[in-house]
Amino acid sequence: MSLKILIADDEPNIVISLEYLMKREGFQVSVARDGAEALAMIADDPPDLLLLDAMMPNVDGFEVLQTLQGQPERPKVIMLTAKGRESDVEKGRALGADDYVVKPFSTGELVERVRRLLSDDGPAPA
Amino acid sequence: MATLSTTLVIGASLAYLATLFAIAWWGDRRAESGRSVIASPWVYALSIAVYCTAWTYFGSVGRASTEGIWFLPIYLGPTLAMILAWLVVRKMVRIAKTHRITSIADFIASRYGKSPAIAGLVTLITVIGIVPYIALQLKAISAAYQLLTEGSLVASSAVDPAWWQDSTFYLALALAGFIILFGTRRLDMTERHEGMVAAIAFESVVKLVAFLAVGLFVTFWLFSGPADLFAQAMTVESLAGLMRFDHGGSGHVHAQWFALVLLAGLAFLFLPRQFQVMVVENVDEDHIKKASWIFPLYLLLINLFVIPIALAGLLIFTGGQADPDLFVLSLPLSEGMAAMALLVFIGGLSAATGMVIVEAIAVSTMICNDLVMPALLRMRRFQARIRGDLTGLIKGIRRLAIVALLLLGYLYFHLAGEAYALVSIGLISFAAVAQFAPAALAGLYWKGGTANGVLAGLSAGFLLWAYTLMLPSLARSGWMSADFIEHGLLGISLLRPEALLGLEGLDGLTHSLFWSLLLNTALFVTVSLSQRPNAREASQALLFVDALQNTGAREPVFWQGRADIDALTALGRRFLGSASTDSLLREHARATGAHSVDQMPADARLVQAVETRLAGAIGSASARSMVASVVDEEPLELDDVLRILEEASQLRAYSQALEEKSRSLEQATQELQAANQRLKSLDRLKDDFMSSVTHELRTPLTSIRALAEMMRDEPDMPGDQRQQFLGILVAESERLSRLVGQVLDLARIEAGHADWNHSDVDLAEVIEQATGSLARPFADKGVALALDLKPVPTVRADADRLVQVVLNLLSNALRVVPAKTGQVRIQLRQNEGLVTVKVSDNGPGLHPDDQAEVFDKFRQVGDRQQRQGGTGLGLPISRQIIEHFGGRIWVRSQPGQGATFGFDLPLSGENH
Repeated sequence: MSLKILIADDEPNIVISLEYLMKREGFQVSVARDGAEALAMIADDPPDLLLLDAMMPNVDGFEVLQTLQGQPERPKVIMLTAKGRESDVEKGRALGADDYVVKPFSTGELVERVRRLLSDDGPAPA
Repeated sequence: MATLSTTLVIGASLAYLATLFAIAWWGDRRAESGRSVIASPWVYALSIAVYCTAWTYFGSVGRASTEGIWFLPIYLGPTLAMILAWLVVRKMVRIAKTHRITSIADFIASRYGKSPAIAGLVTLITVIGIVPYIALQLKAISAAYQLLTEGSLVASSAVDPAWWQDSTFYLALALAGFIILFGTRRLDMTERHEGMVAAIAFESVVKLVAFLAVGLFVTFWLFSGPADLFAQAMTVESLAGLMRFDHGGSGHVHAQWFALVLLAGLAFLFLPRQFQVMVVENVDEDHIKKASWIFPLYLLLINLFVIPIALAGLLIFTGGQADPDLFVLSLPLSEGMAAMALLVFIGGLSAATGMVIVEAIAVSTMICNDLVMPALLRMRRFQARIRGDLTGLIKGIRRLAIVALLLLGYLYFHLAGEAYALVSIGLISFAAVAQFAPAALAGLYWKGGTANGVLAGLSAGFLLWAYTLMLPSLARSGWMSADFIEHGLLGISLLRPEALLGLEGLDGLTHSLFWSLLLNTALFVTVSLSQRPNAREASQALLFVDALQNTGAREPVFWQGRADIDALTALGRRFLGSASTDSLLREHARATGAHSVDQMPADARLVQAVETRLAGAIGSASARSMVASVVDEEPLELDDVLRILEEASQLRAYSQALEEKSRSLEQATQELQAANQRLKSLDRLKDDFMSSVTHELRTPLTSIRALAEMMRDEPDMPGDQRQQFLGILVAESERLSRLVGQVLDLARIEAGHADWNHSDVDLAEVIEQATGSLARPFADKGVALALDLKPVPTVRADADRLVQVVLNLLSNALRVVPAKTGQVRIQLRQNEGLVTVKVSDNGPGLHPDDQAEVFDKFRQVGDRQQRQGGTGLGLPISRQIIEHFGGRIWVRSQPGQGATFGFDLPLSGENH
């Protein structure tokens, strides 16, 4: 059974790219359009990995991390951030993000990080 | 007539005195714990009512019984004086506070160069003038007591008791004890006697209540109201006359009224006890304002029933079998109303004790500071022995003075008290005190008065008072031959004491007052004018007359020389005690900014601080000479006074300038802080903007890069998939270029670098151009676009920019309306001086919270679908454009009912 990845991003075109990319790599992919939807889907059917956009309407990526923090079994999380500010990276790490990727990212590198995280090798060196 | 048992009367009196003790004790305790009970204008005004003594309480009715409304001027004078209180009393209070003046003697002496001679003379006049007044109180209580316990006055005068059997003697001693306990516990008299003031205010309430009670009893119990009482009185010839203005006076009624009003007004201001409660014990200058109507109200109330009681007494005791001075007591007694009589007696006791307590405290301070201390300090033998702490000695002197004063009062009562009615004794005292008026009043407003002038005026006034008023009264009591009254001194008829220089027709009091005040004032003025004030007089004149202008640290200090802190400390400890002295020095060190007492400069201000505190303990004159004895003074010349005054005013100017400077510096600091805040927030805005732009640029780049990489890595991607990705690539590239264009556009507009064309623009053309270029997208989404354009005048603007705005509004509307069912309507209207363009849609509408933000940069609202393709910069740019042309852009919306965006522009003629 293939591993499940949940993509949480509010930009339709980015979602299209990520969905295609992850499916091509053989993952089972589902999509949430904002933080609230993502949390609902995680509760419903926990994925193995969450690709989480930092800036989303209503509930943003950081709030999603915060909610997940208290939960016993939570998916691995890779933050996608378009800002690339040190403070955002720190904040994500502190809230329990396993890795982060700055937009625009290299598809090859993203795939590599996803695989490394899922094979329990720990996060890639920053 | 009914009588009361001795035990009951004495028991009630002692209980009343014990109550006074308790109140005074409570007042002092409250003062120590900082919760003053006298910090109220009511208490202040009630304490001033110590003016109403046994003389008022018993004597007013007595006087009204024989002379009708002639009792009134004694209360009109103070009422009128109270009108001036805010001017005069407030100034006296300010001066007394600043210079720690504790008595009227000290006040006058301090004003005229801290002259010991003046202080001594004023004290002497006071003692001579006031002893009969104290005797009057004792006489009143004694007579009331006798009436109450024996039922008549006549019987006892036959058997004159020896002094050790006389209850009045023990009353005098008991009062002395009370006064000692609460009046001299503290040394520095400017520390207030809060307990005493509270007790005095209480006494004022008691005597008023008792008097009103007997008044109501007489008017409504013995008679059926005032109408009945007056009607009955009118039927008796001798009583009807009492109601007339000119009854009982001599030929010069108006002069006599004027004299009495003036006399009472002046006495009210300068009686030692009034000075004590009004000036020394004042805690708040604002209390004077309220007291200036509360106190006259009190006088009105306590005089309300004087005439009714007098008439009732005359109607009931027709045969003269009761003394009119005691009508208040004999009326209830004759009706067998024992309780009422006892209440009246207690009221009289309160009136008498109130006066004696305050008077004794005030006068004993004067005797100690202005008679005994200066004498002691001049004695060589005493000088040699005074090494240690003298505070105990000073307290001892004051206590002895209190006892002596009351015993003197008793003596006068015992020897001469029977001869005169209460009112006459009181008026003699008043006339003595009135002699202080010229020096004290002129001292507040005229800088030219000198000590010699005061000494000359006071002495002359006092001698004339003694000759024209005191001696005749003594002669009439049988103490000396009355020949000189009839024939004049040495048989010279021009020197007849009651018709001096042939001035006849006036009553004795008016006559005496006229001559004594005339000569007093004339000598004071002429002697003062004949010489220039010396330096010390001039400097004190400046401090007194300008008291309301310069106070506190700004007051000039008229002293020069060298001082030694150790010597000043030793001096202070002798008269103030170690604790007070050390705290004074510490306070002064703190005030001058020195780190410790040793490091502060022994300058003029320190010398002044010590001298002022000493003045509070031993009087200004003694304080002056004691300080002079321990410091190395340079004599003060008149030129020095002027120089110091000049320096002080320069210092004042400097300090004002400094305050001004520090105010403007403070303001500048605040402005800088505000500017800094503004810059910081601008900086934050710029950071936010940059961060938003970065985000907005990276979002399309992310799709572009990901899709491009995937197509590169996957050469055999299916054709339709590739086609979809290529479509996204193009759209995202367009979004990028649009974003870059708009960021640059906005930056140019905000920086003021945008190019604007100004021409008369037809808005209908603008709208048609915009709708034309959007016809295709509208058609693609199946959205209906309705144009509703009325012909309007032109506006002065840039046509291309307006097209940009309309395009933006239309594409926003297109973005938010649903496909197929979407409807967008554009309107053009003229509304007075404005042209309005409105774009309405049937989209989801805007939440009220979002409406204000929608014109801010990157504040895209609504859901993902609605924002798709928007940059978050269109509306901010539109706002810049519309506002540039003097217009306004706005939005109106209800969630769920679509939105209307619009803008107004002024017509060509109205713009610029």
